[in-house]
Amino acid sequence: MNDKLVDIKKINVSKPLKLDCGKTIKDFPLAYETYGKLSNNKDNAILVFHALTGDQFVSEVNPVTKKEGWWITAVGPGKAIDTNKYFVICANVIGGCMGSLGPRDLNPETKQPYGLDFPVITIKDIVRAQESLLEHLGIKKLLCATGGSMGGMQLLQFCATFPDKTFSAIPIACSSSHSAQNIALNELARQAIMADPVWDKGKYVLKNLQPKNGLAVARMVGHISYLSEKGMQEKFGRKLQEKADYEFSFDADFQVESYLRHQGYAFVERFDANSILYITRAMDYFDLSKQFKGGLIEAFRNQKAKFLIISFSSDWLYTTKENKDIVIALNASGADVSYSEITTDKGHDSFLIDEPEFLKTMKGFIDSMYEKFKNEKRI
Amino acid sequence: MKNLKMKKEFKVISDLLPNNTRVLDVGCGDGSLMSFLEKEKNIEVRGLELNQDKVQQCIHKGLPVIQGNAETELHQFPNQSFDYVVLSQTLQAFYDPEKVLKDLLRVGKSVIISIPNFGFWKVRANLLFFGKMPVTKTLPNTWYNTPNLHMCTIKDLFDFCDEKNIKIKKVVGVNEDKTSLIKKSNLEVKNLFSKLGIFLIG
Repeated sequence: MNDKLVDIKKINVSKPLKLDCGKTIKDFPLAYETYGKLSNNKDNAILVFHALTGDQFVSEVNPVTKKEGWWITAVGPGKAIDTNKYFVICANVIGGCMGSLGPRDLNPETKQPYGLDFPVITIKDIVRAQESLLEHLGIKKLLCATGGSMGGMQLLQFCATFPDKTFSAIPIACSSSHSAQNIALNELARQAIMADPVWDKGKYVLKNLQPKNGLAVARMVGHISYLSEKGMQEKFGRKLQEKADYEFSFDADFQVESYLRHQGYAFVERFDANSILYITRAMDYFDLSKQFKGGLIEAFRNQKAKFLIISFSSDWLYTTKENKDIVIALNASGADVSYSEITTDKGHDSFLIDEPEFLKTMKGFIDSMYEKFKNEKRI
Repeated sequence: MKNLKMKKEFKVISDLLPNNTRVLDVGCGDGSLMSFLEKEKNIEVRGLELNQDKVQQCIHKGLPVIQGNAETELHQFPNQSFDYVVLSQTLQAFYDPEKVLKDLLRVGKSVIISIPNFGFWKVRANLLFFGKMPVTKTLPNTWYNTPNLHMCTIKDLFDFCDEKNIKIKKVVGVNEDKTSLIKKSNLEVKNLFSKLGIFLIG
C-alpha cells in the first residue's frame, strides 16, 4: 500500500492502449522488478506473470511488505528458475496496487482517485500493457514465460497475442476460460467487499479508508479454494486453537478459523479492495476461445513457443481437466507441447510451495529450453 | 520390459521412418527411443507416457512429452495428426489392445508396433518342457506380476491384421543382432526364431 515510500521500478507507458471495454489509457505507470542479469545475447530472459493477489516481487524480500517474495520457492539463486543463470522479470498487473496503474491512482480527468471510474480491464489488456516493458528492456524474444493461476491465463493470452515473443512457455494450474465455479467464487469475493459499508461504491479511497472486513472475507474465500479437502483436513483437522476445549462462543475455536482470520486480516494491509474487484472481473471475462473464430485451436494456430503445461492432481479450482483441454487444443493446432500432472494433496497452492516434483519438472524444462534456445540463436 | 529393449529394435524402427515426418511415440518411457530417433533422423517426435517420473526424465532431456494413458487418452490427438505412431512393446499390456490399435491407426497415417514374440522357440520350449509360464530376457516377469495381459505371437498379430483388414506394409523379425523380413511365406519359421516382431501397418 505504500509504494511511494519505497523505491519501486516503473516505466511510463506513453503509447495509448485501447482497452477491450473501448476506453483508452495512456501515459500510465507500469511497475516491475527484475532478478539476475540479462546476458549479452539477451537469451536468458524469463517473464513471470503473477496471480490475482501477487505482485512484481517474485523473489528475495518484498520491499513493501518486508516478507519473502511470493515465488521464493521457485525463483532465486540455485532455485528451479535460477537467477544465477537467468534474468527474471515480473510486472505488476494494471488494475493492481503495487505501482502499476490501478483504481487507487489519480484519475487525470477528475484529479481524484479513480475508484469505480477506473475502466474495466481484461486479461488481454493486462498482457498488452506489459509488452512495453519488454520493449523497454530491449528483449525481442524471451527464453521462457511462466505463471500460475491467473499468471497462467496471462501467459496463454500472451502466447496467443504475441505468438513469436517467447521461445518456451510454462502455464501452470490455469484455464483457457473461467468456469462457472471460478466465476462464482470470484463473485463471492466481490460481494463480500461490496457488502462492507466502508466500501461505499468504491469511494473509500477518497476518504483514505479500506473496507477491511469485506476484503478479509474475500481473501478467506480465496484461501479455502487454494487448498484441497484432504490437505486442509491434514493441516487443521478439528484441532483447536490454543485451547483445551470449546469456548461456546463465536471466537476462533478451531485452528482453521484462526488461519482464515489471520490470512484475511493480514491481506488487507497489503492489498486494495477495488483492485480485487477489477482483477477478478478480468479473470471472469477471460475466455481465450471467444477471441478467435474457430475457438482455442485457432488461438494457438501460429504458435512458435514450446509449451509445458503443469497441473496438480488435487487442484479443484483449476482442475487437471481444464489444463488438459489446453494441451488438447495445443496438440490440435500442431504446437510443441508437453504436459505433466503432479500428484499432490496440496491443491491449487501447490505451485507456490516447495513441491519438489513440480520444481524439478520446471527446472528440467527451463534448462533444456535454454540449451535449445542458445543453439537456435547461434544458427 | 522397456529397460531391456534392444538397441536393434530402435535401429529397425528408425530405418522404417522417413525423414521430415511427425512421429508419436506411445508409451515413450524415459524417452530413449525419442532421443535415438532425434539423433538418427530429421524428424519431429512427440511422446505419450503415463509414469510421472519418466515424463520428468523426458522433459529434462528436452523431449516433448504428454503425461497420459494411451488406453484412455489418445482421443486428444486429432485424426491423422502424425505421419507415424510408434508403439514399442506395449500392445500386450493394454486392457483392450484392439481399441488402442484402432486409435493408433486413427491418429497416425501409419503405425509401427513391436511385440515380444510369444511364439519364439525358447518361450514355447519353456512351456512345453517345464510346464511353466516362460521367463526370458524379453519377458522378464512371472505370471502373477506381469503387466502383459495379452501376450501374442507374430503369427497372431499377422492374422489379426488380416482379419481386421489392416494393411501390413512390412514386418521385421529381430533375434539378438539379426533382423529379417517376415512374409507370409516364411511366417512359420520366423515366428519360431524371432524374439521380437516389428510391424509397419496402416
